[in-house]
Amino acid sequence: MSQQYPALLVIVPLLSAFAISIAGWMNKRLCFPIAVTALGVAAYSSIGLLFRVMDEGVIVYKLGGWAPPMGIAYYIDHLNAIVLVVVTIVAFLNVISAKKSIEQEFPEKAAPFYALYVLMVTGLLGIVVTGDAFNLYVLLEIAALTGYGLLAMGEERAPLSTLNYLYMGTIGACFYLLGVGYLYIVTGSLNMVDIARLLPPLYQSKAVLAAFIICMVGVWLKMAFFPLHAWLPNAYTHATSSASSLIAPLVTKVMVYVMIRLMLTIFTPEFVFATLALQNIVVWLAVIAIVMGAILALAERNLKKMLAFIIVAEVGYMVGGVWLGNRAGMTGAILHIVNDALMTLCVFLVVGNIVYKVKGYAFEDLQGLFRKMPFTMGAFVVGAMSIIGVPPTCGFFSKWYLILGGLQAGHYGFVAALIFSSLVSVVLFFRIFEICYYEPFSDHHGHDHPPQPMAEAPPLMVVPLLIVAVILILVGLYTGDIVNHIIKFAIPEGLV
Amino acid sequence: MAELIPTIIAKYNYWIYITLMMIGLYAMIAKNNLVKKILGMSIFQTAIILFYVSIGVKKGATIPILEGVHGHGAAHQAVHAADYVNPLPHVLMLTAIVVGVATLGVALALAIRVYNRYNTLEEDEILAQIRKK
Repeated sequence: MSQQYPALLVIVPLLSAFAISIAGWMNKRLCFPIAVTALGVAAYSSIGLLFRVMDEGVIVYKLGGWAPPMGIAYYIDHLNAIVLVVVTIVAFLNVISAKKSIEQEFPEKAAPFYALYVLMVTGLLGIVVTGDAFNLYVLLEIAALTGYGLLAMGEERAPLSTLNYLYMGTIGACFYLLGVGYLYIVTGSLNMVDIARLLPPLYQSKAVLAAFIICMVGVWLKMAFFPLHAWLPNAYTHATSSASSLIAPLVTKVMVYVMIRLMLTIFTPEFVFATLALQNIVVWLAVIAIVMGAILALAERNLKKMLAFIIVAEVGYMVGGVWLGNRAGMTGAILHIVNDALMTLCVFLVVGNIVYKVKGYAFEDLQGLFRKMPFTMGAFVVGAMSIIGVPPTCGFFSKWYLILGGLQAGHYGFVAALIFSSLVSVVLFFRIFEICYYEPFSDHHGHDHPPQPMAEAPPLMVVPLLIVAVILILVGLYTGDIVNHIIKFAIPEGLV
Repeated sequence: MAELIPTIIAKYNYWIYITLMMIGLYAMIAKNNLVKKILGMSIFQTAIILFYVSIGVKKGATIPILEGVHGHGAAHQAVHAADYVNPLPHVLMLTAIVVGVATLGVALALAIRVYNRYNTLEEDEILAQIRKK
């Protein structure tokens, strides 16, 4: 059984998508249990896989028994094992919390929603687990197409915002495909490990350089790296809350994983950091991304869009950390994939709960929420502290590693951008705390009107949120173990 | 210029795909109508499909089907790779075509939703309606 975890991880959600579609015709109430079971199995398999990888090292799973250069193989090492765990846990907790808001917003579309949801998780897991460059493209498009479907189920402007995302997403995926085509021309292989084996003599080739740059631009488009971020804020803001709380934490983070995989496994650090002279430029781009993301977030008067711009800044953290080209920066970036997925999930679940109760997410709608929804707002404080980077929440530790990496690389601009962004986050979140703390102004001055009663979201939405908040603190407390037992082995020895 | 022309002619497949790609990109950036943008996107994808198909082609080679041998016998007969076109890029593109069709379908479905809401497909008119609210 445990030998088959890599396949189960992808196949169980894939088949359950069909089962959910069929169940939708017969009995709609079956859809939710099927989705939860499938994602539960995926989460269980991914955790099992993580422990196996920690024991045995890299696992190669040959699909159908075909040997790697000919057949497609799944490679699971420490890097993708931990990303898999994050993806499955985020998807599992979010689907539980999604049930109530779907019943409220579009009960008649529950079956298509769960089917697309599970299919999207399949795509994301496939991207992370696969060891084949073309297979990655197909799964990228599966995740993207289902994502468009989920995002378009939102409010009035959602189809237009999603269409803009679709243009950019398609160009991004096409660029990636083109880059893989160039790699195929020069190496004749699509298997990542095989390409890495064949590339070293070709490092001076212009085709390899073109392949690398085209792939990078494609991946940056997909992850909304600053000048290419224009699609993200509207698409995430206008989507329905249960869709955006799946897509916002995962898609950008999985794309950062793809970038790390391209740089570490396919092109190897010797090529990326030693042969190319791009390192400094990209870190400066990341600095601009962080600063602009923070400033644009500051200009927003609506919680969800503000959080969307924070994601743009966070993408800058990770890209910058990776491109610093040293061990501390890479550790920080990988740790930040984990942390940022969890803390983005936390704050977007909070938005989901607020929308469920208050029917809005503009700043004016948030007044008096600390009294009304104490548990939700408690979790929001934890998530906000984590994004700001206050110890013992996990956000502090990844930021610590990133700053350490910036200092070791002597890149003080990056360090300054991180600190600037943290300070802006303090302003952003404390402004919201202030709004939420005070009651709405009443028109009847001088009268003592009774305080608003507590009106918390249903337990099915609050419990997953509280679990995420606890995980945020636990990941923070066990950061040392995560770094020493997992992330240390995810980074090649050559990187100092 | 004189040495450039042979380079262009020798690698004409790449020039065609780049030209097509730029036509698609131009349509996506410059056109105002949503359906024209979507078709530009489709041209962009098709350009990459043609690029892949063209890299599998060899001069004087035939389709990669082994004649006169069945089943396991094929493995024992000497096969000259130069006699056959490379089937792998073509097979990959079957998948990419499916992806392209699905993307086009989703994009057009979204365009219908946009049209139902705003009664127009011209981007500037839609944006004007959004601003008015």
